[in-house]
Amino acid sequence: MRFALSEEQQAFGKAVEALLAATDVPAATRAWASGDTAAGEALWGRLSELGVTALGVPEEFGGIGGSPLDLVVALDRIGYHGAPGPYVESLTLAPLLLAGTSQDGLLEQVAEGAARVSVAAPPLAPYALDAESSHTFLLADGALSHAIVERPLTSVDPARRLAAVTAGEPVGQVPPATVDLALDHAALAASAVLVGAGQRLLDEAVAYVGQRRQFGRAIGEYQAVKHALADVRVALDFARPLVHGAALELGDRSDVAARDVSAAKVAASEAAHLAARTALQVHGAVGYTLELDLSIWILKVRALVGAWGAPAHHRARVLDSLTGA
Amino acid sequence: MSLEFSRSEDAFRAEARAWLAEHHPGRLPSMDTDEGAAAHRAWERTLAEGRWSVVGWPEELGGRDASLTEWVIFEEEYYRSGAPTRIAQNGISLLSPILFEHGTPEQQQCYLPPMTDGTEVWAQAWSEPEAGSDLAGIRSRATRDDERGGWVLDGQKIWSSRAPFADRGFGLFRSDPDAERHRGLTYFLFPLDADGVTVRPIAQLDGDAGFAEIFFEGVFVPDADVLGGVGDGWRVAMSTAGNERGLSLRAPGRFLAAADRLLALWQERGASAPHLADRVVDAWIGAHAYRLYTWGTVDRLQGGGDLGADGSVNKLFWSELDVDLHETALDLLGPEQELRGEGAPRDGAWVDDYLFSLGGPIYAGTNEIQRNIVAERLLGLPRGDNRRAGA
Repeated sequence: MRFALSEEQQAFGKAVEALLAATDVPAATRAWASGDTAAGEALWGRLSELGVTALGVPEEFGGIGGSPLDLVVALDRIGYHGAPGPYVESLTLAPLLLAGTSQDGLLEQVAEGAARVSVAAPPLAPYALDAESSHTFLLADGALSHAIVERPLTSVDPARRLAAVTAGEPVGQVPPATVDLALDHAALAASAVLVGAGQRLLDEAVAYVGQRRQFGRAIGEYQAVKHALADVRVALDFARPLVHGAALELGDRSDVAARDVSAAKVAASEAAHLAARTALQVHGAVGYTLELDLSIWILKVRALVGAWGAPAHHRARVLDSLTGA
Repeated sequence: MSLEFSRSEDAFRAEARAWLAEHHPGRLPSMDTDEGAAAHRAWERTLAEGRWSVVGWPEELGGRDASLTEWVIFEEEYYRSGAPTRIAQNGISLLSPILFEHGTPEQQQCYLPPMTDGTEVWAQAWSEPEAGSDLAGIRSRATRDDERGGWVLDGQKIWSSRAPFADRGFGLFRSDPDAERHRGLTYFLFPLDADGVTVRPIAQLDGDAGFAEIFFEGVFVPDADVLGGVGDGWRVAMSTAGNERGLSLRAPGRFLAAADRLLALWQERGASAPHLADRVVDAWIGAHAYRLYTWGTVDRLQGGGDLGADGSVNKLFWSELDVDLHETALDLLGPEQELRGEGAPRDGAWVDDYLFSLGGPIYAGTNEIQRNIVAERLLGLPRGDNRRAGA
């Protein structure tokens, strides 16, 4: 039993962190939201040089064939910095859904960072993310097809450029077990992004309450503020092991993997949501502005809580699994 | 990272499971009654005979030299089996780590063996009427008695768990009347039947005398019963506080077993209260999270790290999980939730466990204090309006 990241995973996480920290990610995210994807694509390219986009791709398709936990390590940092783009979809869904189809040639490009893949998978994820800058597919009832954009949709998170899509040219039928596995990977990936985003919200809030002064003292001295932020810390500290544990189970394809992924998605959503609400509250009015970068994470968390299975869906899955329903 | 256990850890688990299944007596009367205290002591003796009462201790003291991993495994099996709560817990979890770290060889020889089999049950004596969360404000004093070679204790302790049925107590007294706050305190061990000690039981919310007031009037304690250095009591005691709110008090097995019972209750009664489904799931997720979190902590501690202020994160989580879980169970019971004892669901164990859970956010440092610790020591927020008045 060793419930800790390996030295390699820690080093990898630090490398991803260093790259993102050296980039003006909020500027890239804001540009992406307005349709200018150049800076976000450049960041995508640099992350691919670290191997981030190759992690989920099997070696036979030019990837690294990393574990779900390796992906979690990278996606946590991507969430922390709020990097724009279909990371969840390209890194986890594409390799599982496209391998063995006529489109598996795309995987080498994904691994290299030369292509992004987006997938709409109703009913859990009915809309396609970043369809105009990605190879976009629709997975409906196990049938995978190229997606045709019907109309753009607006997400609560401006950096999530959504579209309603319909089925175009068919790609093939995906076995049900592969569909389930792919959706579990996506839910796990979203959980990792949520934990990272939640941690960023907490860090931003802690920094702010340490310097913002009212009534002659830092507002972080007030216990009402302290206690709210302590609760966020507790929630995140207990969501993270669920995400890591689910990644292990999913990597082993164990029979509790689906249950544990759902538990992780519920806890990560709750913790990140608490972080968002609390960070907004302690910032006061300035937190309620689009101008402050805090808005990037507040809005991303709200969108991701519902993406790849809202909490109600995942709670029901946990209960069904536990009660044999 | 792997959640797989070694072959010897699996064997340890299997041995513990088999032994517990064969030997545990099931639910006993409350340990905070005459009859229950005797039955719980007998159970401690049975545990000791099987060498399961102090698995983490050295073999020559009746333990198994178990690793922290094995201790957590044992606790998982213990609670899964439905074995009774441990009357010896205060001594084994809170005092023994200090005896091992700060005790003299004589103290270890004298006090550790009778702790293993229920012969001597220990009570903690921390709080005073005027010193609860602000423990450094204690006033009970120890006066030097050179003639007899020891100290004379005077004052009053309160909320001393297990004291009405225990044999001995441990606690802090002010040995230097001129020193303030954390300084000038000394850690003493004393018999609860010593001359000058009066124990007044206090009925807890559940009706049993789970704690007591202890009055000290000229109680003589020899130098041999000073634990750690004179005047060094705060530092010595804080290693216990860390234990209590951290790992050793609440192993995940306790909550995993409770979550399993809640699921069973849900399967029996959920159809009549479908709106409680989310709370049932959240209780299970919480117990599962606590298990994984604990394995991470075990990993860190076995690698030489220490618990530090993360013990407060830990305590906040389990204490609130415990209340939420049992409130959910009571809500599932509908009108039967108020029944206790015979004729009640699980003979009233749901209500008893619920009442017990309500103490969690209070003892071992209230959750308000824990949130201050998390905010100041882990998040790095400035100390401020929780400072002592005038300080």
